[in-house]
Amino acid sequence: MIPGDGDVTEQLVFMLQLLITGVAVGSVYALMALGFVLIFKASSVVNFGPGELVLFGAYISWATILQMHLPLYIALPLTLVTSIALGLIIERGVLRPMIGEPIISVIMVTFGFASVIRGVLNMVWGSDTRPFPALFSPEPFHLGPVPVSPVHLWSFVMVVILLVAFSLFFKYSLIGMAMRATADNQQVALSLGISVKGIFALSWCIATMVSTLGGIILGSVRGGVDFSLADLGLKVFPVVILGGLDSIMGAIVGGVLIGVFENLSGGYLDPIFGGGVKEVAPFVVLVLILILRPYGLFGKVEIERV
Amino acid sequence: MPSLTAQRSALFLFKLFAWGPLMKCGGFRLRYRDDERIFDTRAPIVALAVLIGFLCTIPLVASTYWLDVLNRIGIAIIGAIGLNILIGFTGQISIGHAAFLAVGAYTTAVLEAKAELPFYLAIPAAALVTAAFGLLFGLPSLRLKGLYLAIATLAAHFITAYAIIHWESMTGGVLGLLVPTPTLFGLALDSDARMFYVILACAIPTTFFAKNLFRTKVGRAFIAIRDRDVAAQVIGVSLLKYKLLAFLISSFYAGVAGGLMAHHSRILFPDAFTLLVAIDYLAMIIIGGMGSILGSIFGAIFMTLLPEVLKLTATSLSGVYPQSFGLIASARDVIFGLAIITFLIFEPQGLARIWARIRNYWKLWPYSY
Repeated sequence: MIPGDGDVTEQLVFMLQLLITGVAVGSVYALMALGFVLIFKASSVVNFGPGELVLFGAYISWATILQMHLPLYIALPLTLVTSIALGLIIERGVLRPMIGEPIISVIMVTFGFASVIRGVLNMVWGSDTRPFPALFSPEPFHLGPVPVSPVHLWSFVMVVILLVAFSLFFKYSLIGMAMRATADNQQVALSLGISVKGIFALSWCIATMVSTLGGIILGSVRGGVDFSLADLGLKVFPVVILGGLDSIMGAIVGGVLIGVFENLSGGYLDPIFGGGVKEVAPFVVLVLILILRPYGLFGKVEIERV
Repeated sequence: MPSLTAQRSALFLFKLFAWGPLMKCGGFRLRYRDDERIFDTRAPIVALAVLIGFLCTIPLVASTYWLDVLNRIGIAIIGAIGLNILIGFTGQISIGHAAFLAVGAYTTAVLEAKAELPFYLAIPAAALVTAAFGLLFGLPSLRLKGLYLAIATLAAHFITAYAIIHWESMTGGVLGLLVPTPTLFGLALDSDARMFYVILACAIPTTFFAKNLFRTKVGRAFIAIRDRDVAAQVIGVSLLKYKLLAFLISSFYAGVAGGLMAHHSRILFPDAFTLLVAIDYLAMIIIGGMGSILGSIFGAIFMTLLPEVLKLTATSLSGVYPQSFGLIASARDVIFGLAIITFLIFEPQGLARIWARIRNYWKLWPYSY
């Protein structure tokens, strides 16, 4: 579909299609960004390997569904349990010794375990593209004149449910309040009897779990599982910078905005630049935001006191 | 059997006359100038000269395969020193090193292929272009610190990668860019042995320049910025000038390394400059030791030899476990990740610190401090 061709209705349909795909993909970005923000809020650790966590989720779910032929109601919980185990291993084995170390060490350690995960996945399953199990019917249905793929719709619905669930969890449950307290001030939380290390572990487990869910959804959206899913994980950076590194609302809004922007720029600028604009547009946005408003839309401004 | 006193006096005389000149002890500093000397005694200078002489004779005996490995180590040393200047000495976190290497490599190739410059002009010119590029991407460092700067350099990497893949008229995109063979006075430098001398000729001055940099005002300014940049600004270190200078020098090094890389691989693909390359260089300086020139060298050697050691292990295991060859790439990732994690947990100051400990042990033996 080349923009400029066709009448107004076709152009409108094209733009709406891009918007809807953008919102659907953006909601998955929002989900992954949520995990990222949780870890950062709770422990000020930045995870530079979100792509590999997404890969992990996608491969494990593929393995349980297609390789071991488990029924869905066993495979999906099993995948989630494995991801929680991974989160615990990462927090306990790798990040706990790193508490208090300079940020470059923490960044490198996240690169380190991302590399280990990638290597192990490569060793066990190889790097060929695996077809992802079709969890949804491939027939597009029509929202007015715009054809929408059910995968996109279901992924959007699932992400909205998860985000609402997380918001309620943080607002009303005891553990959610404990996490918010730790994110606010670790020392005070400790003095009130909250196990800060437990909260760290919990935040990592939630992060790996949402990355896994993101991997499953992205795998179904793309129809295949291969190592390029890791690049999608890196898109979480423009999202969290746009939204603010420590804001959950920012992760959601930023995710949808980046998804929409990415698709719109891809749809309209690809013919001019010869393709691939979708990959680089979010990073151009990233640079602009870092220049204009480094703390994002909803992030807390850090004031350095001397 | 000599008596106990005889043994003890022999040991004492040995330490006094033989151990002293051999080891780096007795470095008394009587003048301010002595404080700034790189080598306190003559022994290390002699040792270094012997080492360089030895390196010059290696191409006569080494096989092409190992010369290739040594060339890659040489290139990695230059790149790692550049990155260490930026991250280890100035404290500016940058994940964009692969982008700078790519700019250096492609500019060299384009200058030689299209402008027909000889390589000894193309590589410095490309390094200057890369330095300007680094200056541009160092501008965010004036506003951003730490994590935000790291993310900004990540974005710079992706934008550069996109530009390289899509600017096909200049870079050939994914089809690759052929690098012409360098010639020096009519002699074609097309073998690994000849490239070895070129790389050695580039690595030695750059290492000495870096080592010397940190006893000058510029180097001290860098270290001040790393330690506490607000305090540095208060005492008059211009953050603008020195942060940008750090990016400039570091990118110059990356440009030289990239240019040598172009000649080493003969054909350039964008695949050779992925984010993993930047992470490899980061690992080099972290495993080797941040803030240490010797550390960069150790890290470069370690990271380049790691896949070679794995290949040797796989070859020896292939009798027992025939699939081991296919697993090398993934095994490298796993071991690389584990090495980073282990070093960061147990020895955050890297191989340079381990080496310093071993050296001090022998220097002070039998005393412990």
